[in-house]
Amino acid sequence: MAFNVANVRKDFPIFERTIRDGKKLIYLDSGATSQKPLSVINAESDFYKFHNAAVHRGAHQLAEEATDAYEGARLKVANFLGAREEQIVFTKGATESLNLIAYAMGNAEPGSRFALTSKDKIVVTEMEHHANLIPWQQLAARTGAELSWFEVTPDGRLDLSNINSVITEYTKVVALTHQSNVLGTIIPLEAIVARAHEVGAVVVLDACQSAPHMPIDVIALGVDFLVFSGHKALGPTGVGVLWSSVLDDLPPFLYGGSMIETVTMTTATWAPAPRKFEAGVPNMAQAVGLGAAIDYLTALGMSNVHNHEVGLTKYLIEKLSQVPDLKIVGPTNVDSRGGTVSFTVGDIHPHDLGQYVDSQGVAVRTGHHCAWPLTRKLGVPATTRASLYLYNDESDCDALFDAILGAQKYFS
Amino acid sequence: MELDSLYQEVILDHYKHPLNKGLSASYGAQVHHVNPSCGDEITLNLTVDNGIITSITWDGVGCSISQASVSIASDLLVNKSFSEADAILDAFTELMHSKGTKQGNPDVLDDAVSLAGVSKFPARIKCALLGWMAFKDAAVRIKTTTGESNDGNKC
Repeated sequence: MAFNVANVRKDFPIFERTIRDGKKLIYLDSGATSQKPLSVINAESDFYKFHNAAVHRGAHQLAEEATDAYEGARLKVANFLGAREEQIVFTKGATESLNLIAYAMGNAEPGSRFALTSKDKIVVTEMEHHANLIPWQQLAARTGAELSWFEVTPDGRLDLSNINSVITEYTKVVALTHQSNVLGTIIPLEAIVARAHEVGAVVVLDACQSAPHMPIDVIALGVDFLVFSGHKALGPTGVGVLWSSVLDDLPPFLYGGSMIETVTMTTATWAPAPRKFEAGVPNMAQAVGLGAAIDYLTALGMSNVHNHEVGLTKYLIEKLSQVPDLKIVGPTNVDSRGGTVSFTVGDIHPHDLGQYVDSQGVAVRTGHHCAWPLTRKLGVPATTRASLYLYNDESDCDALFDAILGAQKYFS
Repeated sequence: MELDSLYQEVILDHYKHPLNKGLSASYGAQVHHVNPSCGDEITLNLTVDNGIITSITWDGVGCSISQASVSIASDLLVNKSFSEADAILDAFTELMHSKGTKQGNPDVLDDAVSLAGVSKFPARIKCALLGWMAFKDAAVRIKTTTGESNDGNKC
């Protein structure tokens, strides 16, 4: 199926509205959350209209339909990642997925492969989103394990020169982002996975900024855990994904209904994964909506999506490079980088820049992008971030370019 | 355009030529405040003599709204008693939360009325209040240590 961005845009109702007194909406904030195609909105709505019932319980037709829809979404996600259904856990978001892993490890029996002690190390990177940093900070604090990290080079790449001293025989977990939500950098995963597995550590991959934008095959990546959020991948808010090949060995995090095998007044045993990790009635309509999003992405073809974004990122970087005083924070080529481009513009504070471009209909993100240690390391209090997705085109990049020039004039 | 109601000339003037920027060597209280949503930071020194605010100096990084707002506050609140400053602070806080329905009283707020447009941009209210909240915090610290009255301190 040929990728035609004009046709893609027609599938997203939000582009029919205007912004700030009749201006065309230029949405360049998909790194924060993506817009939704009509098929996703309808899938969520249809679940409530026609099939709503609590899944995995109830001896009635609606319960069967709801369960089929929910488990059908799980199968779609599994196929999307090259995984098996029983390896897919639905959470309420990627943040919960990451916390689930960290808390479950904290619940591991002493001596098990996931149990951490003061002798152990947890490894992260300096470019983590707070969601993939703080859960590990806290796990380290609870267990006495040491938190260490890979540093970021001035051009926004991971510094792996000391990989053997960062990941050591004491390392139990390496948790890192696949693609930086600030810099757009795609990390050199292969070397890290090889080293982590050499020392018996598991690798947790935050794929929030990659899974919506490129083909993902968990087997080829070789990681042990992968998480992403539904709402950044055209799906609804309130649903996230946790994939893992080692769920059987991991104790539960949240306890309650649905996740049990047997219960007495003093004891309980757990259902097999993934249900062991899905306590309570799940976010069913949202999971079904995510299934529709996966259908939409799969029909377009993730390679087509990726190629479109690579081409557009190149165009955006070239365009931004023409703006006087604009400095891109992160890689300035498209080698191993995605369509997230952060920058500063002279002395104009990102908040003021963001406000001005908004007045022209251009939606960007400003601030530290939930990666405060990274912006500190890069020596900038904040940046402006444009993040592209499949519905963006060159005219969007042109509009941003014009709006930045306008801001320079306005604040001069 | 709507944007001009936010970026009044007075604000841009204060942003480009901030008052009382640069921390005093001595102070009665020093506070450091951040805006966690955007990373803006401010350090503020407050000096009080005999119940009268004698000096507010500050340093920090931030957007034009936050920088202009603290510049205005650092000028406006000097030579006021705590209760006078608290009344101004209350009036300013009320203006910021007015969603564009109030203009602000220039007799009370002086240059700070130029920030009235901020109240129409919910994401920027925190920017405008950053320096004022730092002042409030510093004032509370001095009141706590010197036993000054907390009356009127309710925003």
